[in-house]
Amino acid sequence: MSFPRWEVPRIAVLGAGHVGPVIARVAMDAGHQVSIAASGDPERIDLIAQVLAPGAEPRWARDAVEDADIVVLAIPLHRFADFDPDLVADKLVLDTMNYWPPVDGTQEMFEDRRNGSSEIVAHRLARSTVVKTLNHIGYHELEDQRRPVGSPERRALGVAGDDPGAVELVADVVERIGYDTVRLGRLSEGRLLQPGGPVFGASLSRTEFESAMRAEAA
Amino acid sequence: MSTAPSADGASSVSEPAQFPLVLGLDTFGDRTHDDEDRPDSQAQTIRNVVEQGVLADQVGVDFFGIGEHHTDDFPMPAADVVLGAIAARTTSIHLGSAVTVLSSDDPVRVYQRYSTLDAVSGGRAEVILGRGSSIESFPLFGYDLADYETLFEEKTRLFAELLKGGPVNWQGKTRASLHDQDVVPYPESGPFPTWIGVGGSPQSVIRAARLGFSLMLAIIGGSPARFAPFSDLYRQALEGFEQDARPVGVHSPGHVAATDDKAREEFWPRYLETIRRVSKVRGFAIPTKESFAFETGPQGALYVGSPETLAQKIAANLTLLGASRFDLKFGMPGLPQPALMTNIELYGTQVIPRVRELAGE
Repeated sequence: MSFPRWEVPRIAVLGAGHVGPVIARVAMDAGHQVSIAASGDPERIDLIAQVLAPGAEPRWARDAVEDADIVVLAIPLHRFADFDPDLVADKLVLDTMNYWPPVDGTQEMFEDRRNGSSEIVAHRLARSTVVKTLNHIGYHELEDQRRPVGSPERRALGVAGDDPGAVELVADVVERIGYDTVRLGRLSEGRLLQPGGPVFGASLSRTEFESAMRAEAA
Repeated sequence: MSTAPSADGASSVSEPAQFPLVLGLDTFGDRTHDDEDRPDSQAQTIRNVVEQGVLADQVGVDFFGIGEHHTDDFPMPAADVVLGAIAARTTSIHLGSAVTVLSSDDPVRVYQRYSTLDAVSGGRAEVILGRGSSIESFPLFGYDLADYETLFEEKTRLFAELLKGGPVNWQGKTRASLHDQDVVPYPESGPFPTWIGVGGSPQSVIRAARLGFSLMLAIIGGSPARFAPFSDLYRQALEGFEQDARPVGVHSPGHVAATDDKAREEFWPRYLETIRRVSKVRGFAIPTKESFAFETGPQGALYVGSPETLAQKIAANLTLLGASRFDLKFGMPGLPQPALMTNIELYGTQVIPRVRELAGE
């Protein structure tokens, strides 16, 4: 699958909970056109969008996805079982979700520990291209810890996916938002970004991030 | 409290607070250690909390809250029983949960326990409803965490019905229906104050506004400033739902001692140990010296320091967040009872008067 290199990709954020509005905000700061959708009528998230992510357009999910180059999946993981794969068919999906049973309860679909949670998402979204990132930084940190290129405090985030073009495109977004990226060429390597993994929740520079990954792989 | 200044001058974050300034303390029943650093028994820890509540009343703290927890570190499953004991020995302080994990409880029983506390205490009961960090109550009482949202939505709705008084009618999926049901005891002086504790979910903010509950922002990490839009969202949502104006409160952890250094030295090792243990279950990042320095600084969420340091930070953040209430969650498993009693005394005798002074009262 190839992706047109838009000057600035348009982003649809699915989810208006803890995470969605924060991603919408930092993406808009980075110059992206952003729409936001929850399940159902956009009117229900009008006020949330207006106050927490001013500038992001609340839309029906289908409309938001249709006009987007990147679809950010920021719904509660336990809702994913009811998520319609057709909605994001042929789209680049950025999976920010985590499987964390002690907090969110046991989800049968994600109990298969041979696969990472994003691989399970990708199996289900068989017609989409899935890239995993932004799952291992706290939603409350995502805004505060942005730094310009070259800042010694600039934090690194991993971007994992099987499609090099998709990883490239998403990594560009993450870097524009304010983070260095460490690109992982297999979605299966996204397991290293999961809860309990070496970089989950850790504020690391690119060098520290890479050596944490190597230490884990060794 | 004065009008909040805003960075760009355009924000509508805060109207002048029309609510009295309230300064409280919260505990989770953090397991205390003795003077040789051995854990006190769970029973002793609970008795210590009673003494803490009594002292808080004596030194002029406005509110004492106890958060429901079910672990060896926080042996505090029945906050209302402990609050009843404190009520019997105090006269002024308001007493409440912080929080009640309503999703894994029966709203009718919670209402009855706290309206009973309201009777025992002569009208001093409050309830803060929320998820808290007490996810361990779900397996304990046979609930599935995956049902959290439905449970919380239905049960808060029922709780709002109960607060109205009179015969209760309610239907839902999570509990038996109620038809013209009389629920006793009736609070003597109207519904007791009920809050919803919110950690970062905008939908919870909207829910609090829709049901007419006050809003308690639980800010336990990162910059408090990022919560300012939540106050805004809450006020606009209250207007949208044609609800009366309601206060916004802030709950944050910390520790006060005679000096900044002493407070940090006492708090840091216990904080590190506790978060390290909790991180395994909750996915929190393990704190470092650097992250601790940030969190205890002016931009962070921890209130650790001398009375002056705390007062400045509390006053600044109340203004920033358009809030009229601050509850300091004091203690940390492993801190000894004398350090907690000193904390309470300094909070009541020095921090509170200084915050009031800074707020122009």
